[in-house]
Amino acid sequence: MLYQDQFYYLGLIVLMPLIGALINGIIGAKLPRKFVDVIACGSILMSFFFSLISIKALVENATHVKNAEGVVETVYGHLSYTAYHWIYAGDFGVDLAFMLDPLTSLLLLLITGVGFLIHLYSVGYMADDPSKWRYFSYLNLFCFAMLLLVLGKNMLVTFIGWEGVGLCSYLLIGFWYTDDEKAAAGQKAFIVNRVGDFAFLVGMFILYYETQTLDYIQLKEFATNAALIQQIAPVAWLIVLFMFIGCTGKSAQIPLYVWLPDAMAGPTPVSALIHAATMVTSGVFLLSRLNWLVTISYEVMAVIAWVGALTAFFAATIAITQNDIKKVLAYSTVSQLGYMFLAVGVGSFTAAVFHLMTHAFFKALMFLGSGSVIHAMHHEQDMRKMGGLKKYMPVTSKTFLVGCLAISGFPLFSGFFSKDAILWGALSNTHVLGVVGAQEQIGDITVMRGEPSAVAQILTTKPLELISAGGPVDVNWLVQITSWGTFILAVITAGMTAFYMFRLYFMTFEGECRADEHTKAHLHESPVSMTIPLTVLAVLSLLGGLTGWPHFIVHGLHFPPEGFGLFFEHWFSELFQVTNDYRILTRFGAHAYGWEAVATVSGLIAGLSGIGLSWYMYMKNPEIPGLIQERIKALHGFVQQKYKVDEFYGFVFVKGSIKSGEGMTFFDKYILDGVLVNGAAALMATAGRILRHLQSGNVQRYATYITLGVVLALVALMLRM
Amino acid sequence: MLEAMGLTTLFSSFLALGAPLTEAGTFPWLSVVTFAPLLGVIALMLMPKEQDQAARTTALIFTIGTFIISLGVMVFFDPQMTLLRGAPFTFQMVEGPVNWIPMLGIHYALGVDGISLWLIMLTTFLMPIVILSTYSAVGKHVKEYMICLLLLETAMLGALVSLDVFLFYIFWEMMLIPMYFIIGIWGGEDRIQAAVKFFIYTLVGSLLMLIAILYVYFKVGAQTGEYSFLFADLAAVQLSYNEQIWLFLAFALAFAIKVPLFPFHTWLPLAHVQAPTAGSVVLAGVMLKMGTYGLLRYAFPLFPDAFKVFAPYIAVLAVVGIIYGAIVAMVQPDVKKIVAYSSVSHLGFCVLGLVAMTPQALQGGLFIMLAHGIATGGLFLAVGILYERRHTKKIAAFGGVAKSMPVFSALFMVIVMASVGLPGLNGFVGEFLTLIGSSRSHFLYFNKPITAQSVRNAETGELGWAWLENTTMPSPDSLQHVGPEITAIILTAVATLGVIFAAAYLLWMWRRVMFGPLDKEENKQLKDLNARELTYMIPMVLMAVFMGVFPNFFLSRMEPAVHQFLTYMDQNITTAKGVVRVEGMDAQVLPKGPMISSDKEEEAH
Repeated sequence: MLYQDQFYYLGLIVLMPLIGALINGIIGAKLPRKFVDVIACGSILMSFFFSLISIKALVENATHVKNAEGVVETVYGHLSYTAYHWIYAGDFGVDLAFMLDPLTSLLLLLITGVGFLIHLYSVGYMADDPSKWRYFSYLNLFCFAMLLLVLGKNMLVTFIGWEGVGLCSYLLIGFWYTDDEKAAAGQKAFIVNRVGDFAFLVGMFILYYETQTLDYIQLKEFATNAALIQQIAPVAWLIVLFMFIGCTGKSAQIPLYVWLPDAMAGPTPVSALIHAATMVTSGVFLLSRLNWLVTISYEVMAVIAWVGALTAFFAATIAITQNDIKKVLAYSTVSQLGYMFLAVGVGSFTAAVFHLMTHAFFKALMFLGSGSVIHAMHHEQDMRKMGGLKKYMPVTSKTFLVGCLAISGFPLFSGFFSKDAILWGALSNTHVLGVVGAQEQIGDITVMRGEPSAVAQILTTKPLELISAGGPVDVNWLVQITSWGTFILAVITAGMTAFYMFRLYFMTFEGECRADEHTKAHLHESPVSMTIPLTVLAVLSLLGGLTGWPHFIVHGLHFPPEGFGLFFEHWFSELFQVTNDYRILTRFGAHAYGWEAVATVSGLIAGLSGIGLSWYMYMKNPEIPGLIQERIKALHGFVQQKYKVDEFYGFVFVKGSIKSGEGMTFFDKYILDGVLVNGAAALMATAGRILRHLQSGNVQRYATYITLGVVLALVALMLRM
Repeated sequence: MLEAMGLTTLFSSFLALGAPLTEAGTFPWLSVVTFAPLLGVIALMLMPKEQDQAARTTALIFTIGTFIISLGVMVFFDPQMTLLRGAPFTFQMVEGPVNWIPMLGIHYALGVDGISLWLIMLTTFLMPIVILSTYSAVGKHVKEYMICLLLLETAMLGALVSLDVFLFYIFWEMMLIPMYFIIGIWGGEDRIQAAVKFFIYTLVGSLLMLIAILYVYFKVGAQTGEYSFLFADLAAVQLSYNEQIWLFLAFALAFAIKVPLFPFHTWLPLAHVQAPTAGSVVLAGVMLKMGTYGLLRYAFPLFPDAFKVFAPYIAVLAVVGIIYGAIVAMVQPDVKKIVAYSSVSHLGFCVLGLVAMTPQALQGGLFIMLAHGIATGGLFLAVGILYERRHTKKIAAFGGVAKSMPVFSALFMVIVMASVGLPGLNGFVGEFLTLIGSSRSHFLYFNKPITAQSVRNAETGELGWAWLENTTMPSPDSLQHVGPEITAIILTAVATLGVIFAAAYLLWMWRRVMFGPLDKEENKQLKDLNARELTYMIPMVLMAVFMGVFPNFFLSRMEPAVHQFLTYMDQNITTAKGVVRVEGMDAQVLPKGPMISSDKEEEAH
């Protein structure tokens, strides 16, 4: 019998990859190579099936309730499974427990589904590697950790996964560890992530201090309860800020993004799975999971939005100047993650998660495509030595084109829908506290603004009914600046994205082949185990966005039907209900479809002109890029070297710690030990040497001491009297 | 569930034979465990000198025997035992008190509680592993080496189970002598200097403690008319605030040197680098914990008011130690020095946990003692394995070892990750509990305690110096009220920075030793682990995993003792009220009783 709170399939989902990892890790070296493949892929496939079963149960378990307006809403609730008591001390208690809700469902399908495709791809890609068993063991272990991360019912289980994926990322980046550069890249990834984890931990401590629980379900009770919100509101900004710093580590945002480009040292399928589709999105996942907490402080939300938008923009500028095919994709990933954080920062959690999904499809596709190219080119990654590969690799080039169109936001491709949703959110969303005069309109709250009680009242009251009744609202300067600023940045970035992706496509697949004769002779399409995943992902990249159409189309044209066209939004409505109903409203009014069309069209124009410009510069007049580069040599070099951020960090933090370590070692050796400890010892020795002379064995001298002593004693006695 | 079921059945089948022994409650478990290694010493003394292998085997058999007997302590330990209100600790399996030297009030009394239980288990678990690791490492005076190790085990176990402070002090000093020889005879090049420094530094602290013990002892005599060294009698004595301050300082200094707490740590790196592998493992694994154990068992409960005064300062030293140890570790060119300084860092977490006076932090601190014993012990074993093959500990001499020693590198990786504090391994649980506990501590604020002021004696009119007590608590409405919270969160946040540095120094070491090109001829020849090395590395790794995955197996058996201790501290700190956080115990997660209960067996029959 399966109960809602003892749904043990959730445990099985997690367990399968762990078993796979253990088998391959312990005896994999002695197993036949085929067997290793079967265990690795099989365990993920099992997880995938268990995920499907669980999601089916979640859907069947849903209840349909009529809300105040008489519309039937589906409430999915959650399924959970508690394995055992993990850490208990005093009032603090954390179980190893898992939970499945709509958000986790999506991530589960991505991890096990896309994960399976990438495992399958790896069978071909890693066919010749002697330690393939080790590779698959790590890859399975990664899936295990990632599943823990998304399935965790409390923050600590999420944290096991959070650090676990970091470990696997470290191991896989440094998979070819005899190359010192690769080992260094892995180490960098782990340590930079640890900086984020530090912030995550501190955030968690403060959160626990305020709430006495780390359980997501119990935490959510704080969301709409004014008294509880009042308790947590004064420090919510601090908690969210720390959590966000934690996310900038894992999800490669400014200022901790520096590890991701280096992480490309790992095998390419790893980049596809870990550094594009799953692990790097866990920051978005975490903030979405805690969306009710994030939306308490709109100042921190503005910080998140700006960091996201700036990351998107700067990463895109770097991507334009890179010549390594994987580096372009890496910076593109950083940039797209920036979009997701922008969406989080403006309160469009649905859009963030939507983009998370479509990005997982098209970026995994492009990474695998680049892997296919690299495989064929004998591990050549420089695009200047490629070109014309379309002829040799038809499947790879066609699927890659689909990916490029998707990320550029070409109409009806998946990226079009998700990017549109983010642009629209950036342009129109405002936090209720950012609305001018919100508190006066909400009612007779006599307490001053800024006092927690007033804030708590606002945060737990439905604003739409009270403030605007659906009409446009005035917003304060912070929202104004954030809204317009991030929107414009995002549109520009959309154009740049299209430009550098098609630059990559044209340089790699079109034109003349610039490879040497030897490589040319061996160019070939990749084996079936690699092209099947490419094809499946291409289909997903093409169709994956059709579940989230813009409102102005769905409501304006009545096509596609709402249940399908806005499926994504409905699927998450319960999860982001607090945010959508209480905290965030559209500043142009509830049904401002015209403005939504503005957002869509700007994104579309930017994307198409990016593609056009790229075609003009790299197909029509291939000499232009060289000329421009010559003209702005200094700037180009500066951007190409990633604004020298790595050098800066290396100097300040790495050198700084080493120098202070050396200073402290000196202090330890010569001051603490030398002067204080040995000094004390030397003092004793000296005292001994001096006092030794008192005990000379000379009787006359002893007699002198005695006499002196008696005289002193007498003097003392007399003085006292 | 899993842990309770699996282990209980395992042990019950193992120890069903032993069950009748406890029925009358007379079997002297603790004496047998403590002195079993001493029997080994006698056996070794009777053996001819040249029989190296026989000496090793004998030592191994006796340490394994001790471990098996100590399992008896574990399974018959009753976590549900009724705890006395008003006492800091309630012991079980108590033996004595038997008058040993009646004239001086010295007793032979042993007992165990939730705090010492796991340290005893850690000691007996590590010793066979240590003996196994010496098989190829030590070739001269093997018999004497084994005698030293066995003596050391008895001394450590004795210090853990003593209920008489004088007895404790004897065992405490007895630990020094074998360790002095281990470092001084079988150590590296500068072994004499290291041994002497270790011995004298520790002894200075101990002697101060002895004076303090004697002072309290005479107080006992003066107040009750009967002189006694029993811990329970010492705990009952009334001490003034001034007396407490001085006595606490004497005790705390002795233990702080042993821990070692920054800035008393300088003997440690020297001793570790010079000591043979076995010495390092025992030193880091168990002996350092004697310092933290002593703080918790003696210094805190005997002088609660003084403890309240010094706790914030100790916490600051602990936090400085965490960061300082980690940063210094990062730049050491010698693998063993890195591990030595990492101990300073880890023990900083432990001390922070002990002084925070919240159940989470205290249990975290206790858990770190165990986790550090396994993880750092494992690191020293791994370094020893490398040293035996290459006869150097310099990082620069290695590189790419993972290629030539794949099995070793896998096991080493787990141990390194345990030390880094990766969730799922044992290091994380202790650090996390400590930090989350210290973040909610109200104990670590500074209330200007040490203010000396000249005062005039009311009767004689003479001028003198006196400590001023600051007993005023800030009112709940004032800004000062949040002082403790902010202090705690700042200390915690700085301590948490240690997790970044831990990753930095260990992974950097790992990259230079295990990763990178395999370019040195000597490293290409390295042989992977042999069967004996696997035999002692695998239990360490499995234990690191087990403790990380099922920490509640350990925590739940400490919990009642911790609860009792905190309750006692809460009642006995008179200068500030409500600063110790006492929380209820979750009956649902506590073990229902001993793993094997003789009563239950009787009911069944």
